[in-house]
Amino acid sequence: MLRPSNEGELAEAVASASGPLSVRGGGTRGMAGDGDALSVAGLSGITLYEPGALTLVARSGTPVTEIEAALAAENQMLAFEPMDHRPLLGTKGEPTIGGVVAANVSGPRRVQAGAARDVLLGVRFVDGRGTVVKNGGRVMKNVTGYDLARLMCGARGTLGVLTEVSLKVLPRPETQATVVLGGLEIADAASAMAAALASPFSVSGAAWTGGDVFLRIEGMAASVAYREGRVAGLFPKVEARILRGEKSAALWRGIRDAEALAGAPGDVWRISAKASEAPRLVKGLPGGAKVLVDWGGGLIWALVSEGTDLRRTLGAFDGHATLVRGEGHGPRMHPEAAPLAALAKRLRAEFDPRGILNPGVMG
Amino acid sequence: MQMPLPDAGVLSRKARIVARLSSVLSKDAVIHDEAETRAYECDGLTAYRCPPLAVVLPSSTEEVAAVLRICHDEGVPVVPRGSGTSLAGGALPTADSVVIGVARMNEVIETDYENRTIRVQTGRTNLSVTGAVEADGFFYAPDPSSQLACAIAGNIGMNSGGAHCLKYGVTTNNLLGVTLVLMDGTVIEIGGAHMDAGGYDWLAVICGSEGQLGIVTEAVLRLVPKPEGVRPVLIGYRSDEVAGACVSDIIRAGVLPVAIEFMDRPCIRATEDYCKAGYPDCEALLIVEVEGSPEEIDAQLAVIRRIAERHDPVEFREAKDADEAARIWLGRKSAFGAMGQMGDYMCLDGTIPVSELPFVLKRIGELSKEFGLDVANVFHAGDGNMHPLILFDANKPGDLETCEELGAEILKLCVEVGGCLTGEHGVGVEKRDLMDVQFAPADLEAQMRVKDVFDPAWLLNPAKVFPLLVSASRRERLGLAA
Repeated sequence: MLRPSNEGELAEAVASASGPLSVRGGGTRGMAGDGDALSVAGLSGITLYEPGALTLVARSGTPVTEIEAALAAENQMLAFEPMDHRPLLGTKGEPTIGGVVAANVSGPRRVQAGAARDVLLGVRFVDGRGTVVKNGGRVMKNVTGYDLARLMCGARGTLGVLTEVSLKVLPRPETQATVVLGGLEIADAASAMAAALASPFSVSGAAWTGGDVFLRIEGMAASVAYREGRVAGLFPKVEARILRGEKSAALWRGIRDAEALAGAPGDVWRISAKASEAPRLVKGLPGGAKVLVDWGGGLIWALVSEGTDLRRTLGAFDGHATLVRGEGHGPRMHPEAAPLAALAKRLRAEFDPRGILNPGVMG
Repeated sequence: MQMPLPDAGVLSRKARIVARLSSVLSKDAVIHDEAETRAYECDGLTAYRCPPLAVVLPSSTEEVAAVLRICHDEGVPVVPRGSGTSLAGGALPTADSVVIGVARMNEVIETDYENRTIRVQTGRTNLSVTGAVEADGFFYAPDPSSQLACAIAGNIGMNSGGAHCLKYGVTTNNLLGVTLVLMDGTVIEIGGAHMDAGGYDWLAVICGSEGQLGIVTEAVLRLVPKPEGVRPVLIGYRSDEVAGACVSDIIRAGVLPVAIEFMDRPCIRATEDYCKAGYPDCEALLIVEVEGSPEEIDAQLAVIRRIAERHDPVEFREAKDADEAARIWLGRKSAFGAMGQMGDYMCLDGTIPVSELPFVLKRIGELSKEFGLDVANVFHAGDGNMHPLILFDANKPGDLETCEELGAEILKLCVEVGGCLTGEHGVGVEKRDLMDVQFAPADLEAQMRVKDVFDPAWLLNPAKVFPLLVSASRRERLGLAA
């Protein structure tokens, strides 16, 4: 395994590579391609953290736990709530911030605070030629040149190997509560989530599993108390109960990590769709599928039996289905429309002309 | 300002090109008379002007595609235009270019409250997007100062911001999908009402690419529910440094205001003379706005008041009603108009890390003395996006040049302290030749490779964003091909 300890060494390793490289951070998200392992774990450490400017810059191999601890000490957080893939995938290792950015990993708060890509302010990376490139910076408003930083976010290392990322962070809410609406089928659940998210009460999580809808409210204590009542009041015909503090936090960690699907055999699919399509898509899943719906219906996790051709089962819809675990059927990433696939191919040829960075991972 | 020489071959084929354009558009959608094309000779950066070869005003995506196919075929440079409010010269034509204006494409195509999205044609103005949904309790969050006039097309091209970005983000954070027409006429649908990209994040690179990758004809935008209420406070301080420290402390305290605006003494004085907003007589003034229910607003303002008072303010004024709120915003919203009354000015747009605010303001003061031109500061302090306004006299020989030099020095200062050249206005032609202050050659090369992918012939808005010398070999390749 290649394990450079700084950006210069990493650039050298890429430039002198003679074959495909399997680019990875902690290797916990099951997204690296085949080839000689190239780990960024040696590029580690927070290089700048300014709580008063809501900015943090870290080398790509920095463990997520280290970043979260530094932020917690200042009562701040990564608002996009990156999931930990280890329970679901059964992987080991230390998740890195580079991996989070490379896979654009975002959790339940995505509906309110945006995705990893939304808070990404800048990157440094090494392209497939071994050239070091920087883009963006460490300020929140920056339209100087093209936004390659967000282009790298979610590119899974296929356009370049991230060496440093710069993120906007947010204040950690003082407290939280969850309004639980019991006994709702997916159609009613989707309507309830849409109503809550369209309300002015800053709902920061909207999920459905096992017949219950979960609506999260966060902020200053008095404000949370006020809003939990208003949110529950949106549904006078449904019996609501409230989870507060740590009970609420633990629930959302479980939703974030799709825990409901962990530990059981089968293929795991992640479906990103128009929220209002959730009822149709959930009903269209094969019988016996285990389902967790997040993002108000916009994100569907499904555990189905091995080898299911889920894209065929679901048919055409506004969004995409990614095979997250298992051999499944077809490519891991949802095939793109022909003109986009053609652009993607040309883009890779520009950034990685030898095709050595995580080949095949993005199609 | 240097622009490439127009392509003599294109100029000589004007009649044929106009005839071909007229064959795919209605008669009133092609403008080629020299007197009429003059209306499109510049955008908000009026110091630079050049009438284009022709202007077309298509009414549909299909018409945009047909026009682009012709221009591609003829090797004609294309300059996309929204409402022409760019402050960076993003829509400045060249004599051999066809301007494609999307102003006639201004319909709302679909409002979808269930998914909190709206699909519009991109000629629609920013404010009228909110206008279409506000009665139902929603709004479109990015709010550039020009929102009454500016088009969504231009907002996407420049990744526009506004005063409320601290909470709601800029255009890229509120854009979910586009219909994009490539230079060769290919129409592509990207994204939609779903929340993340299925492959590469194309929207990210299209947003802010200043019309160099394709023409966006339709956009799916995120709608946000209106808060229960908003309330601003005004805080006056004896020095810029103290006001800067207060901003940092507010952010650190865990309150996230929707806006934190900053004005310095020259700006306060100018706006007082102009609109008599009743601002206190002080060195620096902050407007902080928070949202929520009345109780939530009270709670947040209590925290802000506590922090503000630690810094010994000259005044802390809380709006008790809508009228008082409007008065607090009046001076800020009139700032640019007030400066315009005083004479000519150049508005800069660099962003700096918030922590560098006091140092940068001090340095701007020194540079202002050194160059002999007054500078007033008004900006979005929460996100560090500065708008220094340099006052000059366009009728005084050499003043514009001195102003440009001072502007360049201030922008270099922004980059030196860890910031950037432009926070929300875009590079255009204005900051094009300063790009190598912020970027190494390899950084610019990587960006230009993306343009190579979308527009291999470099026909779309070619002389913008990248220093002319840096993009020369790519643009000349086009000349050879034609």
